[in-house]
Amino acid sequence: MNEALQRRPAIPLDEPERSRLDSAIAGFSAAQLFWASGYLAGLAATEAPRPAGRAGAESHARLTVLYGSQTGNGRRLAEKLGAAAAARGLAVDVLNMADYPTSRLKRERLLAIVVSTHGEGDPPDDALALHRYLGGPRVPTLGSLRYWVLALGDSSYENFCASGRDFDLRLAAAGAQRLATLVECDLEYEAAAAQWSARLLDEAEQALGRAEAAGAPVLRVVPPPRATGNAACEATVLLNQRLTGRGSSKDVRHLELDVADAAPRWEAGDSLGVTIRNPDRVVEPLLQALGLDGNAAGPAGRTLREELVNGREITVLNRPFLEAWAGAEPSGRLRSVLDGLKAGGLGRWMRDRQLVDVLREFPAEVEAGRFLEMLRPLPDRLYSIASAPEHAEGEIHLTVGLVRYQAFGAEHWGAGSSWLALDLEEGDPLAVHVEANDRFRLPADPDAPMIMVGAGTGVAPFRAFMQAREARGARGRNWLVFGDRNFGTDFLYQAEWLRHRKQGLLTRLDVAFSRDQSDKRYVQHRMREAGPELYRWLEEGAHLYVCGDATAMAPGVDLALREIVAAHAGRDADGAEAYLAELRASGRYRRDVY
Amino acid sequence: MGISTAHVNEVEQIKATSRRLRGGIAEGLHDEATGSLSEPDTQLTKFHGIYQQDDRDLRNERQQQRLEPAYSFMVRVRVPGGVCSAAQWLELDRLAREHANGTLRLTTRQAFQFHGVVKRRLKPTIAAINRTLLDTLAACGDVNRNVMASPNPEASELHLEAWQMAGAISDHLTPRTRAYHEIWLDGEKQPPAGPEDEPLYGETYLPRKFKIAVAVPPWNDVDVFAQDLGFVAVSERGRLAGFNVVVGGGMGATHGDPATFPRLGELAGFCTTAQAVDVAWHTVAIQRDFGDRSNRKHARFKYTLADRGLDWFRDELAGRLGAPLQAARPYRFLSNGDRYGWTRGVGGRWHLTLYVPSGRLADTADRPLLSGLREIAKLHGGEFRLTPNQNVIVAGVAERARPGIEAVARDYGLLHDQLASALRREALACVALPTCALAMAEAERYLPELLGKLEPRLAALGLSDAPITLRMTGCPNGCARPYLAEIGLVGKGPGRYKLLLGGGFAGERLNRAIAENLDEAAILATLEPLLAAYARERLEAERFGDFLHRSGLLDDPRAPSGAGE
Repeated sequence: MNEALQRRPAIPLDEPERSRLDSAIAGFSAAQLFWASGYLAGLAATEAPRPAGRAGAESHARLTVLYGSQTGNGRRLAEKLGAAAAARGLAVDVLNMADYPTSRLKRERLLAIVVSTHGEGDPPDDALALHRYLGGPRVPTLGSLRYWVLALGDSSYENFCASGRDFDLRLAAAGAQRLATLVECDLEYEAAAAQWSARLLDEAEQALGRAEAAGAPVLRVVPPPRATGNAACEATVLLNQRLTGRGSSKDVRHLELDVADAAPRWEAGDSLGVTIRNPDRVVEPLLQALGLDGNAAGPAGRTLREELVNGREITVLNRPFLEAWAGAEPSGRLRSVLDGLKAGGLGRWMRDRQLVDVLREFPAEVEAGRFLEMLRPLPDRLYSIASAPEHAEGEIHLTVGLVRYQAFGAEHWGAGSSWLALDLEEGDPLAVHVEANDRFRLPADPDAPMIMVGAGTGVAPFRAFMQAREARGARGRNWLVFGDRNFGTDFLYQAEWLRHRKQGLLTRLDVAFSRDQSDKRYVQHRMREAGPELYRWLEEGAHLYVCGDATAMAPGVDLALREIVAAHAGRDADGAEAYLAELRASGRYRRDVY
Repeated sequence: MGISTAHVNEVEQIKATSRRLRGGIAEGLHDEATGSLSEPDTQLTKFHGIYQQDDRDLRNERQQQRLEPAYSFMVRVRVPGGVCSAAQWLELDRLAREHANGTLRLTTRQAFQFHGVVKRRLKPTIAAINRTLLDTLAACGDVNRNVMASPNPEASELHLEAWQMAGAISDHLTPRTRAYHEIWLDGEKQPPAGPEDEPLYGETYLPRKFKIAVAVPPWNDVDVFAQDLGFVAVSERGRLAGFNVVVGGGMGATHGDPATFPRLGELAGFCTTAQAVDVAWHTVAIQRDFGDRSNRKHARFKYTLADRGLDWFRDELAGRLGAPLQAARPYRFLSNGDRYGWTRGVGGRWHLTLYVPSGRLADTADRPLLSGLREIAKLHGGEFRLTPNQNVIVAGVAERARPGIEAVARDYGLLHDQLASALRREALACVALPTCALAMAEAERYLPELLGKLEPRLAALGLSDAPITLRMTGCPNGCARPYLAEIGLVGKGPGRYKLLLGGGFAGERLNRAIAENLDEAAILATLEPLLAAYARERLEAERFGDFLHRSGLLDDPRAPSGAGE
């Protein structure tokens, strides 16, 4: 499935160009080669055509005005300031803090903040995220940022203008330079705000004038060599945040991992392998079912429990284990069950059970060493990475759905998901490695339209896709079809999708929630309803991605696609199949299902 | 129309470009990716009786969960004069349980409110309300709101005439736009024939909301002095002769902004019964033409009156009406509260006023009030009357049906004699947190707790049976009319209230601000010595608010005289 790669030449130089390069660098030392690579990359960066607009790829020659406003006063002041700046010919962006990507902060040079204070000294809702970010551990050094803060408040409250003060102090603490002392406004704010704005504009005019004069091309330096793709590396948990709202039937977590030290290389679409530990909640029931003492000696001086926690797969069933257990089970019942499933159905039988269910249903007396021999080593768990390196450098985000259910009269837990979701806290270390997924990549053409179909945690890579397209300024249209159980609680990353849509990055957003009405509605229903437009997108060169459940969702989506193509291309079933085969062959129908 | 083309505020622009209140509401209802409507459309849905809100208890949590706020809608049912049938009651009860959050809220303007209706349930809810022959049109927004009428069952004939007048005024002042039918009813009900004119409201409706009430003395339960326009029924030989006209009252204010203030309505004169609808129409038209459309905090009729004066209004109205108002007739109000328990009206029918704490009918573990009213509605073939004090009257009960209804009411904890104090039954609170977007502090959820702390102190002072009006709101906009209470508490921040004292018991006098930003301990510490002085020094039948004025304590409330020492 490497069509895209094969069509792309490995080296974009023809023979004569290549020999010119070879002679130019002949005899260079390693250090010289290294310097040259940075030099060339810098040239490339300044010459590459830069898409205009989105996300402010270049902020250094602009004034950015951010407002956090509850009643609208702050927004009006910010917009007025923006208009005045524009009237003076200054490049200026005016943004609601809620819409401001924090990744842009380190590129800012001139920042004006207008923010109000509410309740017990709290920032307005729209400012909460940025306020929290600036007070948190991940603020970059903002040495080249200069700023002004205008605080709005009501002096009859105890913590008058507290959030404005916070922004002022937090920016200063991050190394930014305060261009004027904080101005605190009471209910009568107009005069003070006008004075503040006028002075700010004078200073901004001076600063931006200088920036333009000094507008020489910037030499960029290539970052130091990184760990190669698949090497294991150490990560630290930065955040373990539940995504599903109160009352949800699911517990889905958003995990942010710090991998800055190891700096692995990855792309949107890749997966992360996580070396897990089997948590007590799966180890202890197993020991109980076995009737074995966890402190019994295991191999290499470790106890049985230690070996089960770190070394062995003890939840997911596999055939060799079943064969071995059937050999030890005295009644022979498991043997007959397995024989009965020879014609088919073993896969389903194993999916319905965990290892402990077999031990309970078919008891056998097996001593510790023998039992360990029956078990496979504990494999890493793979999760689609939910972030793009362009968005949050040095961080990898995961979307993990906790597996927990009742079966055979007992509670069952997923080993990997429950360890990640319930046992990991901020600051905890874990071992990870990047699993490249070349089959699941953004369209090489930034202008190509993209349709993403994801159910549940299947949206994770699409979050990364959107971040990458946003960061790269890709102009292709994007369409997400998302499905889950309940709108009110299970719309994963809802606020982010809505922000993307508001900003025009996400062209279309369709959702299906199966449990909000009496008839179940899934992503494939939404696709059928949007059939004509979906077919039009495909005809216009759209790439289609499907991610999530492999047993019901992916086949349902595939069937819906055939029907849509048949209906709108006027093809019969074979014709529709051929159409999809063409899509697959050209790398425009990609699936990451599990 | 005389609308200034100078600077107008944002809402004016939204109204002007809304195509008579349509905006993008219909499209927004189809957007399943968000539980909200666009900001301009949320301004327009108010005119349809629908307020977008979110659960503020969950706001921060959901932001961290990367979910949008837990949006839902408050839906206000317009009930002119506060009268509905038992059949309507049962249907509204069903909607509360199936489409809303399982509660029914009785408002201080004799309307019903549903809370927690999510976007995809809005249309079925409005359609079902419409099938009961009630509606939500103009229950909110910059139009004439639900017209109130004193639900005074003792003087039934007068009450009937007052109530009919409320209905007539409501009908004449209802917006004519077909947007409501188009958006919510899918043509279920035939729209009114003829061109879609808004002869009264025009394209931009009113500068701000407009409130009208009809009072029947001696009861001022509608708080006629808090209305933009009030009609005080004047009777001659037991029949309605006409109304005293009261103009320019209103509650809303903004903390720290002295240009905003609560204001008592002024007596403008007397009109005949035949003139009343025209007086209402022209008064609304005057405000349409002269109200401030640049600043919404200065856009209520009370500011037009305050700026231009009562004489100007009288002249303007006389010009439009073709005749001046007559001189006002004498009247007397005794109370702005409700009369609890059984009362007998003319015709031998009985009326039972039930106590509903803050108007919230919910099924809580100890008090299943929603179920209680449902059981009564099943027994009762007559009417329900919502009172301006957030209570409900089971009206028109035959003698033989009394014991059955009373037994159910007692079982479900709906009788006033089941309360610990007279203070509690006079108390009002607005909705506030967690749904109201304007709230700065708790009101409805916190009031019972505060009352529970005051009651032992009242008992110790022998004041358990002394009716005192206490009204609490979560913000200064005044939905529970706090500025007319003997004790007013207006939210300023979490757990902090502005304390106002000395309002008139009959709603005829505003109270006065005593202290800002009091927490519970400070509220109790301030009130306790004043209540003690009242217990010691009050004259016979003297009200708490009147006592505070007479004793001079209002001027120095922290130093009660201590029996003259």
